[in-house]
Amino acid sequence: MAISRRKFIGCMAAAAFGTTTGATGLAHAVSGKEFTGYPDSFGVLHDSTLCIGCRKCEQACNEVNNLGKPDNPFDDLSVLDDRRRTDEAAYTVVNKFNGNVFAKIQCNHCQEPACASACFVKALYKDKTGAVVYDESLCVGCRYCMVACPFNIPAFTYFDPLTPKITKCTMCLPLIQEGKLPGCVDICPKEALTFGRRADLIKMARQRIAQNPDHYVDHIYGEHEMGGTAWMYLSGIPFNEIGMREDLGTTSAPELTAGPLAAVPIVVGLWPVFLTGVWAINKRREKIAEQEQAAAVQAAEEQAAQEKTKALEALQQKLAKEKETAIAAEVKKALEEAEQNAQQQAAVQDETTTDPAAETPPDDSGKQEE
Amino acid sequence: MSQETPIARKQYLTPFNVITGVILVIGLVLTVLRFTKGIGAVTNLDNNNPWGLWIGFDLLCGVALAAGGYMTSSACYIFGLKKYHSAVRPAILTAFLGYALVVFALHYDVGRPWRLPYPIFWSQGTSSLLFEVGLCVFLYLTVLFIEWTPAAFEWLGYKKIRGIVVRLTLMLTIFGVVLSTLHQSSLGALFMIAPSKLHPLWYSGYLHVYFFVSSMFAGLSMVIFESTLAHRWLHHKMDDTHLAESDGVALGFGKAASFIMMGYVGIKIIGLAVDNDWHYLATGWGAWFLVELVGFVLLPAILFSMGAREKNLTFIRVAAVWAVLGIVLNRLNVSLIAFNWHLPAADRYVPSIMEVGTTIFIVTLGVVVYRFIALKMPILYEHPDYKQAH
Repeated sequence: MAISRRKFIGCMAAAAFGTTTGATGLAHAVSGKEFTGYPDSFGVLHDSTLCIGCRKCEQACNEVNNLGKPDNPFDDLSVLDDRRRTDEAAYTVVNKFNGNVFAKIQCNHCQEPACASACFVKALYKDKTGAVVYDESLCVGCRYCMVACPFNIPAFTYFDPLTPKITKCTMCLPLIQEGKLPGCVDICPKEALTFGRRADLIKMARQRIAQNPDHYVDHIYGEHEMGGTAWMYLSGIPFNEIGMREDLGTTSAPELTAGPLAAVPIVVGLWPVFLTGVWAINKRREKIAEQEQAAAVQAAEEQAAQEKTKALEALQQKLAKEKETAIAAEVKKALEEAEQNAQQQAAVQDETTTDPAAETPPDDSGKQEE
Repeated sequence: MSQETPIARKQYLTPFNVITGVILVIGLVLTVLRFTKGIGAVTNLDNNNPWGLWIGFDLLCGVALAAGGYMTSSACYIFGLKKYHSAVRPAILTAFLGYALVVFALHYDVGRPWRLPYPIFWSQGTSSLLFEVGLCVFLYLTVLFIEWTPAAFEWLGYKKIRGIVVRLTLMLTIFGVVLSTLHQSSLGALFMIAPSKLHPLWYSGYLHVYFFVSSMFAGLSMVIFESTLAHRWLHHKMDDTHLAESDGVALGFGKAASFIMMGYVGIKIIGLAVDNDWHYLATGWGAWFLVELVGFVLLPAILFSMGAREKNLTFIRVAAVWAVLGIVLNRLNVSLIAFNWHLPAADRYVPSIMEVGTTIFIVTLGVVVYRFIALKMPILYEHPDYKQAH
C-alpha cells in the first residue's frame, strides 16, 4: 500500500478497526452523560496552509462515489473564483479565499452529529469508525438534517420526483473498512490532508502549531466546535476568513434540544393528573351547587307548605266560627218565631176551639230552616 | 351563499364554486408536476434553504391555528365553562381538518411521502424533536377524528356507537391537551438545534414555551375568526343555542386571548433579558422584531381587552384577525425570514409562485371540506335526537 506515514498516522489501529466496523453504532444522542466520541475513532486533519487548490480531492471524491461527469472538468481552476458548497454532484469542494488561501469543505463527521440527532428515522448515525453514515433505505426526505447541520453540508436531490435522497461525504467508510484511505486524503499531492485516529490528529495539530506559532492561528478548528468534529482544520489566517464560522460554540446539537425533550415526561406525567384534578374540582363544585340548590328549593317548598297549612287552618277555623255564629243566629231566630207563633196560636186557641191541621205548618217551616 | 334558495342551490356556477374549481384544478396540475418533475421543479428550495413555505406556513401556521380544538374542548369539558359548548364542535372540526391538511401538505414537502409512517412504526429516531412532532400529530389527528365522529354518527343515525364515543370525551380531551402541549411546543423546539442559523432575537432557550403559549391565543383567535366566517356564510345552519351563545364565546375567548397575549409579551421580554439581546433591538432586525411583538401581539391584545371590557364584538373580531396574522408572521419569521439571516441576499429563500399556489390549493381544499361537513352534519346546531345528550 502506498500510504505515507504522514497521510495515515496510526496505521495499526486502523487495520484492527477495519475488521470490526461492520456493525453500526448508535449516536447516543440524548443521554445525560457526556459523550466525547468513540474511542480510537478516526478523523482527518486539513492543514489549509498546505492546500494549493488543485481540486484533485474533488476528482477523487467524484470517482470513489460515482458522481458522474462534472459540469466543469477538475483541471478547470476558474470555478474556484466562485464560492461553492457541497451538493448532490460534489461531496467535497475547495474554495479560494484572499486570492491564495484554499480550504476544502465536506461533511465534518461531528462527534455528536446534529443531523443524526435531528433525524426522526435514524437514517443518519455516527459509526464507531468516526464516519457519520446515511442510510437511504430509511430516509423520508424531510430535510431536517439540512436544517440542523451547522456547516450546511447535507444536500438533497430536489429534482428526483419519487426517490430523492440526502447526499454527503461518507468519509469513504467502505474504503476505511478495507483498511484504505479516504479518496481525497489518498490523492492529495501536498499532504494537506492527514487521516488517523482523532486523538492522534489533535496531538499532531498541536505540535504543528507549537513548532510554527507564527505560521498558524493558535486554534484547531473542530476540536471543540459543536461538541467536536472528526474532520479538523488548521489555518494561517482567522478561520472566519476561510469561510468557517467562529460563532458556533462548543455545545453539541443534542444538548441544544435536550431541554424540550426532557420536558416530555413531565408533560405526559403531570398534565393528566392536573387536568383530571381540575375536572374533578369543577365536577364537585357543580355537584355541591346542585345539592345546595336542591336543599334551598326543598326548604322553600317546606316553608311554603307550612304557611299554606297555617292559612288553611285559620280559614277553616274562621269558616267554622262563622257557621256557628250563623247557626246560633238562625236558631235564635227560629226560637223567637216559634215563640211568636206559639203566642199567636195560644191567642187563637183562646178565641176558638183547637184545630190540629192548622197547628203543623208553622212547626215544619221551623224544622226546614234549621 | 348562505341565502341560497332551494332553486338557486341547484345552480353549480356560483362564484364560490367557480373560484374553488379553478384553484382545485391548478392544485391538481401542481400535484402532477411535484410528483413527476420533483420538489425542485415546483419550489425555490435549495440546499441552503431546505424548508420553505410548505413547512413555514402549511405546517407551522396550520398546526398553531388548529389549536382552537384543544383550547375550546378543554375550556368546556375540563374547566367546566359549559357556556362554550356550542363552540366545541366547530372548533374540533376545524382542528381535525387543519391537522389532516397539515399531514396532506407534508406529502408534497417530504421526499418520499409513503414513508411518513416510518418514524412511528418502523425506525424511531427518538432523539429528534421532529419525531415528537410526528408522533404527537399522528396521535392527535386520531384523537380529533374520534372527537369528531359523534357528529358523523348523529348524521348517519348510529346511536349506540355515538354513545360509546361520547363517554370517552373527558379522556380524549385530556389526551388532546397533553399531545397539543407536546407538539405545539416541539414545533418551536425544532429550531433550537440551529442557533447558528436563526437570528438571536428569535432564537431562545424558551422557543418551545413561546410556541406553546402562542398556540393558545392562536387557537382562541382562530375560533373567533372562524365563527365570524361561519356567521357570514353558514348562518342558516346555526340553531338558537349556537346563535345565543356565540357572542359570549367571542367575548370570553377574546378576553382570555388578551390575557395570554400579555403574558406572552412578558415571557418574550424575559427571553430578551436572559440572552441579553437588547442591543439587537437597535438594528433593522430589531425593528422587524418589534413590528411582530408590538404591532402584531401587544396591539391586538389591547384591542381584545377593550372589546371584552366594552362588550364590543367588532373590536373582538378585528383583534382576532390581527392576532392570527401575528401568529403567521411569527411562524414565518422563525422558519423563513429570520432563519438563515446570515446568508447573503442572493442565497435567501423566496417562495415560488407554484409553492404559493399549492398552499392556496390546500387551504381551499380545507374550506370546501369544512363547508360540506358543516352543511350536512350537526356541527353548528344540535341534532334534534341528541339535545339532552351531553
